[in-house]
Amino acid sequence: MKLTETEVRYVANLANLNLTEEEVARMVHDLGSVLEHMDRLAGVDTNGVEPMSQVLYETEETATLRPDAERAPLGNELALANAPMPGNGYFKVPKVIER
Amino acid sequence: MSEQSPTAHTISSIREGLLKKAFSAAEIAREALAFAERENPKTNAYLLFSSERAMEAAERVDKKIAAGDDPGLLGGVPVAVKDVILTKGVRSSCGSRMLEHYIPPYDATAIERIEAAGGLIIGKTNCDEFAMGSSNENSAFGPVRNPVALDRVPGGSSGGSAAAVAQKTAVAALGSDTGGSIRQPASFCGVVGVTPTYGRVSRYGLVAFASSLDHIGPFARNVRDAATVLEAMAGRDPLDSTSAEAPVPNYAGHLDGDVRGMRLGVPVEYMKHATGETAALIDRSIEGLRGLGCDVREISLPATDYAIATYYIICTAEASSNLARYDGARYGFRSAASGTLSDMYRNTRGEGFGAEVKRRIMLGTYVLSHGYYDAYYLKAQKVRALITRDFTNAFRSVDAIVAPVSPFPAFRIGEKVNDPMAMYLSDIYTITGSLAGIPCMSVPCGATSEGLPVGLQILCNHFHEEKMFRLAHAFESTTN
Repeated sequence: MKLTETEVRYVANLANLNLTEEEVARMVHDLGSVLEHMDRLAGVDTNGVEPMSQVLYETEETATLRPDAERAPLGNELALANAPMPGNGYFKVPKVIER
Repeated sequence: MSEQSPTAHTISSIREGLLKKAFSAAEIAREALAFAERENPKTNAYLLFSSERAMEAAERVDKKIAAGDDPGLLGGVPVAVKDVILTKGVRSSCGSRMLEHYIPPYDATAIERIEAAGGLIIGKTNCDEFAMGSSNENSAFGPVRNPVALDRVPGGSSGGSAAAVAQKTAVAALGSDTGGSIRQPASFCGVVGVTPTYGRVSRYGLVAFASSLDHIGPFARNVRDAATVLEAMAGRDPLDSTSAEAPVPNYAGHLDGDVRGMRLGVPVEYMKHATGETAALIDRSIEGLRGLGCDVREISLPATDYAIATYYIICTAEASSNLARYDGARYGFRSAASGTLSDMYRNTRGEGFGAEVKRRIMLGTYVLSHGYYDAYYLKAQKVRALITRDFTNAFRSVDAIVAPVSPFPAFRIGEKVNDPMAMYLSDIYTITGSLAGIPCMSVPCGATSEGLPVGLQILCNHFHEEKMFRLAHAFESTTN
């Protein structure tokens, strides 16, 4: 599977990622060679195989649910401590209406 | 204290010294920090030292000892921590510009447990950005040099943790493993590295890369110390719903059992890729295991040829989703180039991430995109089930699998950095165990003629860490 520059730009757009012209050219080459390798999966017979989305193992019945008890939240001050632009107890971002 | 740095001790010799009052935990912390800071410029293994935190932890240990209480499983033990594991109040950058100034408001569960057991967190270690890489060359803060051969990589992504333990600037270290990021650097640096069963150690506070594959595990200079650190960290945590209920055995207490008659499988598919000296050292190790009375036989893991494709589809897909959170709004870096909200996202991510992280976000976004999901992501999840089935079948007739960790020893810095596909292919032996979620480890098995360490990999079935440690410990005693 080879990728074109147009496809690379399309995917970068989906990923909200700015790429320079040089990065786009590099991605065409790098992603192309990795996808070519990935294409070998097409030849594997997976008829009747359930997809594995999580590690499963033989185990006794587990209680993976925790009691719904109150816990102290992080709090406004700590939650904002790493914000690049905090203000009035909020995260400040550019206008949301104009994309 | 003694002539040598306290970081050259073992866990048990530290305990003994503390209980005999030969030294205090505060002395250990002070000397360990001074030694590590002095040695660090050689390798760049540490990104920062958490002196205050280590001194406070040492004081708590000394108070316990003064009161006649037990200092804990890791009492007074200097531990280095990979920078993808969050430490409250101590910067955790993940090796990325994106989090260069990020100070976590909470501790990872693994960190809480290490300190509850008396461990001293002395610093945060360098790593590939967001744990993505096999050489530690993808760190935004410069590569780590392998302490064994300074012109070579320490492996990755937990390169700094492996280097710190090999350089004896820490007694033990924590790393994270998604596709081999503990075992491969352990083998390159000549130390023990353990990837426990998926779910054995809570990932709460581990910065997510690929959630169905991420593990936390220990590095140490011997099997006993690695087993002890795992014991201190393992166990159910309500804050990580994937953490297992299974009780935590006393790993270090069961190392000395007999391995005579233990059935070991050697996968034919693995041995065909290993090159010259690595293959010869693995063969010699297998002979050593036979000498211990193990029953060694060939086994087949036929889906191995598809493992790299499967892994790089699943891990990039999960990474593209997990890393969507770095958008410049709530924490971390925000681009100074302003504009619309959308510009803020794109510029922040374009400027904040390094080349490998961008490559993986792109790959992951592509394989999840409309029209390709079934052919790539869904297909990979099915092949993952086949790879896991290979192991399940193998463990019906063997107790453990032994194999190489990497096809070759540590390579030169810069040697593979421009060929991502070649770098990905070097993960062949470690990603299969990661995909199946089984416990696996690297234990040193010798060195090449150039003096480069090589690791033997041991893989066992889910939650069979005790057996894995027992075999590794018996093997270790034949190499010392």
